[in-house]
Amino acid sequence: MSSKSENFFTDCVKDAAMGGLIALALFSVLIGMKAEVASGLGGGLGIEYRWAAVAIAVAVVFGGRLLLNLFVWKTKTPVTEKAGSLMPSMSSLAPLGKYAMPVFLVLAVLLPFLLMSAYGARGSRQYLDLAILVTTYVMLGWGLNIVVGLAGLLDLGYVAFYAVGAYSYALLAQYFGFSFWICLPLAGILAAFWGIILGFPVLRLRGDYLAIVTLAFGEIIRVVLLNWYEFTGGPDGISGIPRPSFFGIEFTRGEGGFADVFGLDYSSIHRIIFLYYLILIMALITNFVTMRLRKLPVGRAWEALREDEIACRSLGINTTNTKLTAFALGAMFGGFAGSFFATRQGFISPESFTFIESAVILAIVVLGGLGSQIGVVIAAIVMIGGFEFFRGLEEYRMLVFGLLMVIIMVWKPRGLISTRAPSITLSGKKGKGISADLVQEGHG
Amino acid sequence: MTSANHLLEVKNVETHYGKIIALRGVDMTVDRGEIVTLIGANGAGKSTLMMTICGTPRASSGQILYDGEDITGMPTHEIMRKSIAQSPEGRRIFPRMSVMENLIMGAETAGNDDVDGSLDKAFDLFPRLKERRNQRGGTLSGGEQQMLAIARALMSKPRLLLLDEPSLGLAPLIVKQIFDAIRDLNKTDGLTVFLVEQNAYHALKLAHRGYVMVNGKITMSGTGKELLAREDVQAAYLEGGRH
Repeated sequence: MSSKSENFFTDCVKDAAMGGLIALALFSVLIGMKAEVASGLGGGLGIEYRWAAVAIAVAVVFGGRLLLNLFVWKTKTPVTEKAGSLMPSMSSLAPLGKYAMPVFLVLAVLLPFLLMSAYGARGSRQYLDLAILVTTYVMLGWGLNIVVGLAGLLDLGYVAFYAVGAYSYALLAQYFGFSFWICLPLAGILAAFWGIILGFPVLRLRGDYLAIVTLAFGEIIRVVLLNWYEFTGGPDGISGIPRPSFFGIEFTRGEGGFADVFGLDYSSIHRIIFLYYLILIMALITNFVTMRLRKLPVGRAWEALREDEIACRSLGINTTNTKLTAFALGAMFGGFAGSFFATRQGFISPESFTFIESAVILAIVVLGGLGSQIGVVIAAIVMIGGFEFFRGLEEYRMLVFGLLMVIIMVWKPRGLISTRAPSITLSGKKGKGISADLVQEGHG
Repeated sequence: MTSANHLLEVKNVETHYGKIIALRGVDMTVDRGEIVTLIGANGAGKSTLMMTICGTPRASSGQILYDGEDITGMPTHEIMRKSIAQSPEGRRIFPRMSVMENLIMGAETAGNDDVDGSLDKAFDLFPRLKERRNQRGGTLSGGEQQMLAIARALMSKPRLLLLDEPSLGLAPLIVKQIFDAIRDLNKTDGLTVFLVEQNAYHALKLAHRGYVMVNGKITMSGTGKELLAREDVQAAYLEGGRH
């Protein structure tokens, strides 16, 4: 027994020594010698030797390899396995989805008051702003979930509809002086219209090909906005976009303002709270509509389309219309969110609608678990909240973000919430969620 | 036999894939209440004929009549709403949806006003599906998936059932079960069935009439028994095939 463990140890040391030797051979040239313009030689090149640095590098390689050998590569129970088992398993997360919905809802509704009591009007503003941002992404995620999660059409240009919504409101307000409440439905309709325009030519495409075309579409919209200077203001964007009113009552100081009408002391936080509730309600409507549609024929047709297009056609489903409705509805919610974005910022420019936005929204949907509504919420909080949380780390932010993505994809390749509740069951019986584990990856 | 008795009539149909010709003038009929089978080797054009009837790919010439109506140029989804149902090759059930949802999908576009009745019937026909009704389609075994594909097709209360290779990759015992179910449906409900099969022995035993396809052309036709007895059919399709 002892000789065995001794063998194991010498093996590890030998292997690490080998690594160290290779490192020495490489590093003695790479690190050990540095060509320098030596001032003493009248501008000629000289070599500086740095053997201490080589020694450190070789020691790091030797030590690192030894440790990896001892604890990860050669042992029967690598520490990574233990680390993996520490993560919660599928079954322990299952009840989470059941309770998460009401808990999140109550928390979301009470959030402004909780923040106000904790930080006061002034201190809670930045948190409320963050909450608004997260909720906007939740809404976008839910919108995209219709297209990607339910209908299975990979859309990499979703931000285009967000942009259409934002610019619809900004331009209508600028040229015609329309108010937010008139523009909101118009923005949604226009975005849906663009969704159909995009949908028509790409209906034959699926998967990778569709992704490329939608990606191009997203870029086209942005480039047009950027270059059509006379109409959209180009890179200068549009500023002075009117703020929303509380059913006609403006959030202004003095006579007739929101604070005056409701007998409150004027505070700029009122508008922020109003914006928060506005986006919360809009997001909840998106969720409600999606959940309802899932139980209707059109929603089931979307899901069937995601599963198998040929089978859909053999059952008499008009795949053209089904895809178009998915595109149009997803785009419409994107448009709503866009016009909210415009009214919140008061200023928009094409810079806000780059590909990275599409990627973030798609990442939220995929990380949350395709088709899962609550998964989108969790993913949005983690990702957008995480972005802001790590803002202090600046350049390490993307590193952490990337690492997080890799960890989630290794740990739960189908996203955080990967069970799917059937939309219909025999009367009276409540259907159990169907785990994704038994179906091949990438196939549903 | 008058032409009024034809439920499905294929007249001199040609189909191309690009420049390649797949069907070279096919004529065949399926009468009401009949089980008709089409057998042939791999690549003979059996599935192409089945798909041409459904509208993808379109026939490049010729005519397809269903119940006297010309359906040649119609889009697939409209053809499939005309009390025609198809169980496609390779089953193609919806793997992430439950068995119930799969079945409901079959009734969705047909305007079936008695979904519960159709469900009961499907479960009577394949009791196995009832046990598994809340299970994900993709977790069923191959035989169960085939049963599901047929049951799903039946949910639209079709008059004509098109079956594309229902025995594909299934054990002989399961094949027998499925063919028995098809025979039952035909006997009790008078359902008309058009069956495309590789498994010539079982298909010809089941069918009233059969067609043999070679290279995109119908080369032989006759009753199932006749074809089974013919030596050239035996040599080409049945040699060692009696399993």
